[in-house]
Amino acid sequence: MSTHDATANTARRPFSGRRVRLGDLLLQAVAGLAALGAVVLLGLVAYKLVEGSRLSVSTFGFGFLTRSVWDPVHNHFGAASFLFGTAVTSVGALLLATPLALGIALFLTELAPRWIRGPVTALVETLAAIPSVVIGLWGIIVLGPVLRDHVMPALHSALGFIPLFGRPTTGSSIFTAIIVLTIMILPIVSSVSRELFLGVPSELKEAALGLGTTRWEMVRGVVFPYARGGVAAAMILGLGRAVGEAIAVAQVIGAFDNGFGWNLFNPGDTLAAKIALDYQGATTNFEVSSLFYLALILLVFSLVVNILAQVIVRRVARRQGLAAR
Amino acid sequence: MSAADLSALRRPNDRLRRRRIVNRGMELLAWLAGAVAVAILAIVVWSVAKRGASELNFDLLTKAPVPFAIGNVKQGLANAFAGSLVIVGLATAMALPVGILVASYVNEFAPRPIRTGVGLTLDVLNGIPAIVVGIFVFGLLVVGHGQSGLAGSFSLAVLMLPLVARATIEVLALVPSSLREASLGLGVPRWRTTLGIVLPQAIGGILTGAVLAVARVAGETAPLLFTSSLVGNSISWSPSHALQSVPVAIFELSESPDPADHARAWAAALVLLVFILVASLSARWLATRNRRKLGRAVR
Repeated sequence: MSTHDATANTARRPFSGRRVRLGDLLLQAVAGLAALGAVVLLGLVAYKLVEGSRLSVSTFGFGFLTRSVWDPVHNHFGAASFLFGTAVTSVGALLLATPLALGIALFLTELAPRWIRGPVTALVETLAAIPSVVIGLWGIIVLGPVLRDHVMPALHSALGFIPLFGRPTTGSSIFTAIIVLTIMILPIVSSVSRELFLGVPSELKEAALGLGTTRWEMVRGVVFPYARGGVAAAMILGLGRAVGEAIAVAQVIGAFDNGFGWNLFNPGDTLAAKIALDYQGATTNFEVSSLFYLALILLVFSLVVNILAQVIVRRVARRQGLAAR
Repeated sequence: MSAADLSALRRPNDRLRRRRIVNRGMELLAWLAGAVAVAILAIVVWSVAKRGASELNFDLLTKAPVPFAIGNVKQGLANAFAGSLVIVGLATAMALPVGILVASYVNEFAPRPIRTGVGLTLDVLNGIPAIVVGIFVFGLLVVGHGQSGLAGSFSLAVLMLPLVARATIEVLALVPSSLREASLGLGVPRWRTTLGIVLPQAIGGILTGAVLAVARVAGETAPLLFTSSLVGNSISWSPSHALQSVPVAIFELSESPDPADHARAWAAALVLLVFILVASLSARWLATRNRRKLGRAVR
């Protein structure tokens, strides 16, 4: 009888095993729910923006994108001038930031003495940690007046024949916003480029140098072609940041609906800045709904930008994986 | 040798010299780019430090602002500091556990396609502009209920979630699989292996990610404008109604034409900046220390 008890005891083992699996199931379910929650959250963001903008979308349709008017009194809304301002500021910032960021990345990977690399890399990343509202505060009070009194007049007198560099009037201008955005996207473009440059196989670089190229020729012939796709991804990510930045731009751009003025030294407005500055002013349903419409445009753009960048990064990673093998 | 021979000999030399000059020029430009990056940081930090330090005093942290003050009234931003503590604290409490759970699901349980899918979702969430998150939470929680500190902290939590989850996924991947296998081989069930072995090993890295995420959202203004910005001047700790926060206060003061408001904005910016820099530097220090420890465990 006692042996029978013992076998009954061991026979119970699988049962306790099943209880163990219950714990597994529980953790897996809870963690899985959290992961599902993240996906649902993304869907919810899209749904809420579509729902919130329905009134504006059904009234204005795609005409919203081509009309340049923001008139809460007569309920006429259009985003064209904000789209224009967003395009000018973010493309301008990208044009300034990309060469600078590539220079920083080259400096950090090819030129700088080893003891400088760590600290400078850390400093560039610290630049990314400064909150946009602080950069905006600096832009409004320190940078704006300097640009207005020194940089803009100089550019106007030297390049005034180009319509971009008209007569400077104020420190709160599209130009100031471009400079501020350049500072803000510099860290991401340079740190992604730096990682790409580090991934270039040293055999290729040494082979080029061994053939007698100068360092710059090696960079142009080996490093740039190798990292080209990745640099495109870095630029796209930087563009996404610039387009979505609301606070710093709202502080420095002057928030003036300027239509399609090409003079960079005038105030302007962007999609994100318009939303940020209307947070207390929006009172009618129509205006709130139109703000949701603006946000929807930004969301769609950020989705496209991020997925595009991911696709490029994955393709580059696969190619680099092949090359390494 | 004839003159023609000589010039033929000299030509490659000229070209070499030109190539070297171009090379020097490009190297100089790259050095300049590095210097510009450091200079920008130095100028911004120096401006904030110089203007903020002269305005910084104890009243800023302990006194509430006084509207329409005439004369020499002691003004502070205590309501903003209190509000920021509450909002960021609540956001961390929401985002941290969920982020860790998402990461452990992705790393310990999920099949490969789901892993990629959730990873992509996190990247996309991370790429949504902060102002759009603000509008989203406005539509989700504020319309019909009014602004609240809770809505503000939820919007910050949405921004924190992908940061925390991404950082945790990265450290979990560093935990050597031999540890997992040893634990599973000893008959320890999977859930206890995850909670008792894998996560404790990664705790340093998770902490680093959490601190970096806190440092990042503590300075976020855009999500709070629509969710927790229509506030009075009294100090409040209750998240059920709208709370002032440091970034929103700086934003509003920077838009004001009054130089005294600018002064307070600089002082608040200095406090915020010091907090963020200290947090991210200590997180960086934690990260390198932790990586060294994990590296030793692998060996």
